[in-house]
Amino acid sequence: MATTSIAPEYAIDIKPDQIRQDLLRPIFQTSRRFYVLVFFLVAIGLPGIFLYANQMSEGMGVAGITRPIFWGIYIANFVFWIGISHAGTLISAILRLVNATWRRPVTRCAEAITVFALAIGAQYPIIHLGRSWLFFWLMPYPSERGIWPNFRSPLCWDFFAISTYLTGSTAFLLLPIIPDWAVVRDRASGFRKRIYTILALGWRGTPREWHRLEVAMRIMAVAILPVAISVHTIVSWDFAMAPVPMWHSTVFGPYFVAGAIFSGIAALIVAMGILRKALHLEEYLKPSHFSNLGKLLLVMSLLWVYFIFAERLTVWYGNQPAEMAAFWSIQRGRFAGLFWTMVSCNFLIPFPILAIKKLRTITGTMIASSTVVVGMWLERFLIVVPPLEHKYLPYEWGTYHPSVTEIGIAIGTLCGMILLYVLFAKLVPIISIWELKGGQHKKPFAEQALSAASRSGVHLDSTLPSTNS
Amino acid sequence: MAHRWAMVIDLDRCTGCETCMAACHAENNIATVDAKQAARGRAMHWIHVERYWEGEFPNVRARFQPVLCQQCDAAPCEPVCPTYAAYHNEDGLNAQVYNRCIGTRYCANACPYTARYFNWWNPVWDKPLQLQLNPDVSVREAGIMEKCTFCNQRIVATEIQAKAENREVQDGEVKPACVQSCPTTAMVFGDLDDPNSQVSRLARSMRATTLLSELGTNPKVIYLERESSHGND
Repeated sequence: MATTSIAPEYAIDIKPDQIRQDLLRPIFQTSRRFYVLVFFLVAIGLPGIFLYANQMSEGMGVAGITRPIFWGIYIANFVFWIGISHAGTLISAILRLVNATWRRPVTRCAEAITVFALAIGAQYPIIHLGRSWLFFWLMPYPSERGIWPNFRSPLCWDFFAISTYLTGSTAFLLLPIIPDWAVVRDRASGFRKRIYTILALGWRGTPREWHRLEVAMRIMAVAILPVAISVHTIVSWDFAMAPVPMWHSTVFGPYFVAGAIFSGIAALIVAMGILRKALHLEEYLKPSHFSNLGKLLLVMSLLWVYFIFAERLTVWYGNQPAEMAAFWSIQRGRFAGLFWTMVSCNFLIPFPILAIKKLRTITGTMIASSTVVVGMWLERFLIVVPPLEHKYLPYEWGTYHPSVTEIGIAIGTLCGMILLYVLFAKLVPIISIWELKGGQHKKPFAEQALSAASRSGVHLDSTLPSTNS
Repeated sequence: MAHRWAMVIDLDRCTGCETCMAACHAENNIATVDAKQAARGRAMHWIHVERYWEGEFPNVRARFQPVLCQQCDAAPCEPVCPTYAAYHNEDGLNAQVYNRCIGTRYCANACPYTARYFNWWNPVWDKPLQLQLNPDVSVREAGIMEKCTFCNQRIVATEIQAKAENREVQDGEVKPACVQSCPTTAMVFGDLDDPNSQVSRLARSMRATTLLSELGTNPKVIYLERESSHGND
């Protein structure tokens, strides 16, 4: 199978030594900016932990949720972060499968978003529990209580979906890091050397190892796609399975998946834009990468508008009294401001920026992506809260306002997410060195290593690996 | 022998006196919250009386409807609970096992009647009110969902008594606190499986209806519509 030749605008014309130097710099050099950033993230995020501890000791009453709005921004944040997590694995898997050569500098920062956003998002169902410390009762294990979890409950499905996705995406992130950790190991000394020796898992770069890595990545790329789709479908079913007006909808599965990919791409573009400046990766993350991802974002923006239109139109046309109460509170009532902000952030602002070629620059896509991230959070909020405020019996209606605890924990998890990402970019080359170099050569890695070995007279019994690097 | 406990509430007889609410709080050790929390919607009244106004002033009439857990046969709250805290017991009641509840509050969202109540705080009773707690009912801690049980402790106690005396439970022998305290006997409790029980006879009435029957939840709380509401009274 022929390796696609690289179009000139994606070609990264840098010598391998320079690549190594550029991409390993954050690992070996620590700037003062790094410490300042970490300090501020910890300082801003830390109150969230105390607020959560306080919530556990005092009771859920410190949160703004009340009857009948039993789920608030904890659940909105949960859906939001799980959505953001679709940045990486899904996009990177698709780009790998279609062998898009421009993906090489993008995949790792995308995959890292997935793992960390999932780790953060998975905290929320636990934070929101009335008795957080008993969250493990969702797991099927032989307990002294003699009962299994309820497999009919969408929350139980959530547990399986998220833990599968977290395991899969962690493997998907870690596998291609191994050769890069070996690169770090070979250049490090002292304490660092010992750490990276363990992390590199004895990688030597033999053809057999490359072959296995390639096969593993191909299997993972195929396997992770249905997992990613199922995760957000199941998250949507947390809502769709309950007979709550405006939740009980068949469109929710695909609608949530589309929204997740949409917010995921937006988060990826924002992260790439910041990394590009902070780590001086201008030569690696080029305008063409942002433009390409911008096009994907444009498609998802249109898809999002289509879904929300389809959802709203059918509800409005059906004209069922219970649903219309929630519907009008969003369109005209208390939530109208948030609704139209959401539409602006997800469509009216990003659409022209992304559709007009001149505006689809790095700055342009960064602005569009930032609004999309905000807009998609609002979308999650508008899915969770207004329907709960307007259930069937009007005398049970209520209003919800987030409390300091909920907002503090939300800020805390945001800081936690950024902190994890910053530490990751510090400890791991945020652009895959070997994949980048692989893109520069005509022959794939395994073949190169094999021919190099035969030239130097080393006997290797590995069969020739397939050529898809 | 399993029963199918049900309640019939005659809306023509309800005066909206709210005695049932007070009796329910006392019987079931339901925590009270301060006025500020109550205004935020955190009061826990397993049974509460809804009030409707009909007509324009001065020709206004008040209508009352006590609302409690409807003890649905097809209860939306049950399948969504991940820990089986909400489950269907042998008598067809929607039981809530407090010790299993981890507080996902999913059941409360799924309940179309919003009949479930969450313990936002740990319960507090001003001294010496803690001495009047009912020893037959456990006190719930913060983070747990609770709701009307049809006074299951009374059902169990009556069944044990009947078994000890080697006889069946008599119709009208079990009386939940709300039924027992209702001054106008607007509420009747009994076994729907017994065709001759008072609830069975009333449930066959032309006036019998259920709340949100279009949702297919099959409630076991049956309301007898106001006869007067069909004409001038």
